[in-house]
Amino acid sequence: MKITVNGEELTLDIPCTVAQLMQRYDLADTASAVEVNRQLVPKQQHPERALADGDTVEIVTLVGGG
Amino acid sequence: MAQQLEVNLVEPLQLGPVTITSRLIVGTGKYETYEIMAEALDASGAEVVTVAIRRERLLDEGGRSLLDFIDTDRYTILPNTAGCFSAPDAVRVARLGREILQQLDNPGKDWVKLEVLGDKETLLPDPMGTLEACRELVADGFTVMCYTSDDPIMAVRIRDAGATSVMPAGSPIGCGRGIANHAAIAMILQMLKDRDHGGQPDYPVIVDAGVGTPSDVTIAMELGSDGVLLNTGIAHAKDPLRMAVAMKAACEAGYLGYRAGRIAKRLFATATSPWQGLISPIAGE
Repeated sequence: MKITVNGEELTLDIPCTVAQLMQRYDLADTASAVEVNRQLVPKQQHPERALADGDTVEIVTLVGGG
Repeated sequence: MAQQLEVNLVEPLQLGPVTITSRLIVGTGKYETYEIMAEALDASGAEVVTVAIRRERLLDEGGRSLLDFIDTDRYTILPNTAGCFSAPDAVRVARLGREILQQLDNPGKDWVKLEVLGDKETLLPDPMGTLEACRELVADGFTVMCYTSDDPIMAVRIRDAGATSVMPAGSPIGCGRGIANHAAIAMILQMLKDRDHGGQPDYPVIVDAGVGTPSDVTIAMELGSDGVLLNTGIAHAKDPLRMAVAMKAACEAGYLGYRAGRIAKRLFATATSPWQGLISPIAGE
C-alpha cells in the first residue's frame, strides 16, 4: 500500500500501525504528534491504529519559534 | 528596604493555570545554534518559552532537536500557532501542540499562543480568524494567550471571547521598532485592566512582538503591561547572551518603575536644591 508521510510518498509491503510507522522512523520515544487524514491520533492509540492505502500522515514536533 | 524590593521583584503573575515570576517570556526561534539559545534562555531569566509546531524531519535520524536543549522541568513551554493563516489551521496546530506537551507532562500542556496571521509580509493578525479560533480553542478547554494587533476594540473582543491573556503587538513581528503606538497600548491597558473602563486589574496583558531593544521592553512595562514576549530582539542581537541579560534588567526596571509611580510631567523646572540660604542674589529679583 502507498501512504503519504509528511508530504513524501511511502510504499509499505506489510500492514502497518501508527506505532510501527513511528518505530520505522525511530520516533517511537520522541515527543511528537501524529495526524492521520487530518485527525489527531493520540499516542496511546498508536498501537491499535492501522494505516490504510492512501492515508495521509503528518508527524510533527516542537521546533524553535517565537 | 532591600527586603521589600525583593518581594516586589518576585510578585507572581497568574496566567490561567500557570504562575510565573519572571515577566519576560522569550521565544526559541532564529538562534544561530541551540547552545547559544540555551544560554540566552538561561540569562533572560524567563520561565516560559515559546516554541513552534512543525513536521518531523524524517531523514535526519539521530539529529539534534530543540527539546535536547530545553529543560522541560525548568521551563513552561508555550506552543504557538505561528504560520497559520486561518482559524481551522490554528486550531489544528494547537491540538497537535497539546498532544506533544501532554507526552512531556509539561505545565504548558493546555495552553497555546494563538496566532492567526493575515499575510506573510506584515505578519499582522487576521482579526476575524483570530476571534473564531479563540472561541473554538476556549470551548475545547485551552488556555488561550492571544496575539493581536494594538487595536483596543479588538483587544476587548478577544478578552470577551475567553482569552486568558491578550497579547498586543508593539509593532510587527521581528521588526524591532518597539512600541509603535504608545497611546494604543495604553488604551488597551486601561480598557482591560482599569475598572473605570470595564477592566479587571488582574487581567494579564502582555506586549508581544516588535521589541528591538531593552528600552522597548521598559516602555511596555512602564505603560503597565504585565509582561513582554520577545524573540528576535535577543536571538538576532550581535551578542544574544548580553542582550538577554539586558532585556531581563529592562523588564524588571519597567515593572518596578510603573509600580513605583512616576512623577508628573511639567513644562517648567522645579528646583531640587533650596532657594533659601543662597549667598549670591538672583539676577532680576
